[in-house]
Amino acid sequence: MLTTVNDLEKTVNSGLTTTIKRSEINFNQLVIYIDVEDIISTILFLKTNEKCRFRQLIDITAVDYPQDEKRFKVVYLLLSHEKNLRIIINTKIDEKIIVPSITKIFPSANWMEREVFDMYGISFKDHPDLRRILTDYGFNGYPLRKDFPLTGHTEVRYSEEKKKVISEPVKLDQEYRDFDFESPWEGTKYIAKETKKNTEKK
Amino acid sequence: MAKKRTMNLNFGPQHPAAHGVLRLILELDGEIVEKIDPHIGLLHRGTEKLLEHKTYMQAVPYFDRLDYVAPMNQEHAFALAIEKLLNIEVPIRGQYIRVLFCEIGRILSHLLNITTQALDVGALTPALWGFEERETLMTFYERVSGSRLHANYFRPGGVHQDLPRGLGDDIISFCNSFPKVLDDLETLLTDNRIFKQRNVDIGVVTKQEALDHSFSGVMLRGSGIAWDLRKSQPYECYQDFDFKIPVGKNGDCYDRYLCRMEEMRESVKIIKDCIKKMPTGPVKTIDGKITPPKKEDLKNSMEALIHHFKLFSEGFRVPEGEIYASVEAPKGEFGVYLISDGSNKPYKCKIRAPGFSHLQSMDYMMKGHMLADIPAVLGSLDIVFGEVDR
Repeated sequence: MLTTVNDLEKTVNSGLTTTIKRSEINFNQLVIYIDVEDIISTILFLKTNEKCRFRQLIDITAVDYPQDEKRFKVVYLLLSHEKNLRIIINTKIDEKIIVPSITKIFPSANWMEREVFDMYGISFKDHPDLRRILTDYGFNGYPLRKDFPLTGHTEVRYSEEKKKVISEPVKLDQEYRDFDFESPWEGTKYIAKETKKNTEKK
Repeated sequence: MAKKRTMNLNFGPQHPAAHGVLRLILELDGEIVEKIDPHIGLLHRGTEKLLEHKTYMQAVPYFDRLDYVAPMNQEHAFALAIEKLLNIEVPIRGQYIRVLFCEIGRILSHLLNITTQALDVGALTPALWGFEERETLMTFYERVSGSRLHANYFRPGGVHQDLPRGLGDDIISFCNSFPKVLDDLETLLTDNRIFKQRNVDIGVVTKQEALDHSFSGVMLRGSGIAWDLRKSQPYECYQDFDFKIPVGKNGDCYDRYLCRMEEMRESVKIIKDCIKKMPTGPVKTIDGKITPPKKEDLKNSMEALIHHFKLFSEGFRVPEGEIYASVEAPKGEFGVYLISDGSNKPYKCKIRAPGFSHLQSMDYMMKGHMLADIPAVLGSLDIVFGEVDR
């Protein structure tokens, strides 16, 4: 029998009553919000429960909201082949929080967590091998944080005098220009509202 | 008892069998591999960071540069994610053209993979034959988008332009001659003693391991799991087509090779079907707020001119929301996790590349294998560094 997203929401909500803070269905995908301490138990439940069977981890990523008190959102994407469903698990964390690693449940989480660590500086507890993965050897900073400049802090070049590749602070001949073409008018939204008002009048 | 001595060996980053820039730190006991530590990121270009600074339309070409062997399949995932957030529908002709070029991309990718896998284990001829066909396919790319590789053709809302006149017939004639080339390739490889010795029972992945290691695409199907997003979660108009999903039995390198061969034949079937059924009509949504107007309209219509100007300067705004959209790319499940904050640029765009999880499993797949098996396994993983490093 086919399970729909709505059935899944019910199952997940009844199975994890205490841990789920909020659940919603966006664009036919179930999104649940949990606390960081509950990650392991939630994912274990979703993997083993007969009605869920989320046996494949698709990805782990994070989102940076620098203005929020809990700065990062860690996102887990899971897929169930048997039920043909996907789920998105969201958890908001503080900058200093160490997230429990799920490498014991899904071995493939290894590199995904390393990538999150590399890009956002979020640490994972009990991770077997938490090193940088995509950035260069000896790289400093966390590139996907919103306060990291697009140009980076250092650039590398081959130095003729030292006969080796050296890295030095970025020197731009011209200030980096991030064009903001956002229209100062309310634009289409405003027009849509006006036309709606006008049609209602008629 | 004699002390066990292991040797450390560097493989790559400049190695012809590394398929780009892969550095492997090998721990060897004689010729037996004990441990592999892949060092990736040598081609890291910060795509995800760049996307946060580009409007949605400017972001599309970055997707060509991920898996540069089948560029349009990547654009597809991004376009799908945006379309879902915008809640717009692509006209049916646009959908057919997308399917057509996705399948061409699949053949492009599989041809490259199979022939280079053969090259890695010592067969030179398949590469020469296969690349001739790739050349033909890339001219199709060129005729429709103006460029052989970095197409920038699948735009949010549809495809950039309609097919040029005569392209359909040329693709059909390619489809008629191509199976013969596949047969020729098979005579060279399928029963080839050396090819079999190098691939059969090498890099075996069981069903459970394939699931645990987040495998997708051929890596999953080679292990006997019939899972294809085109069938199970159909996007665009894939439900209109009749095609089979080849599934492997043993989960070794040889089965994956066979799967890819068979998938190309299925793709040819889809392409033929697609051109035969090709409906008429617009190729992109007619909403002027999302897709640019026609060139001739620019000369006569003030509104078209305004739309054109606003689109190429400000771009379009995407309503707030978070979404994960995925397609069955030639290498596996390629997904885009997109968060929009309602502005004209993505707030966050995570690219889920299939090769990333495949490469990660190198260590466990290679444990106990011989040094010479590394190129064979690496070849069958179908790694392209553009997407692994992003």
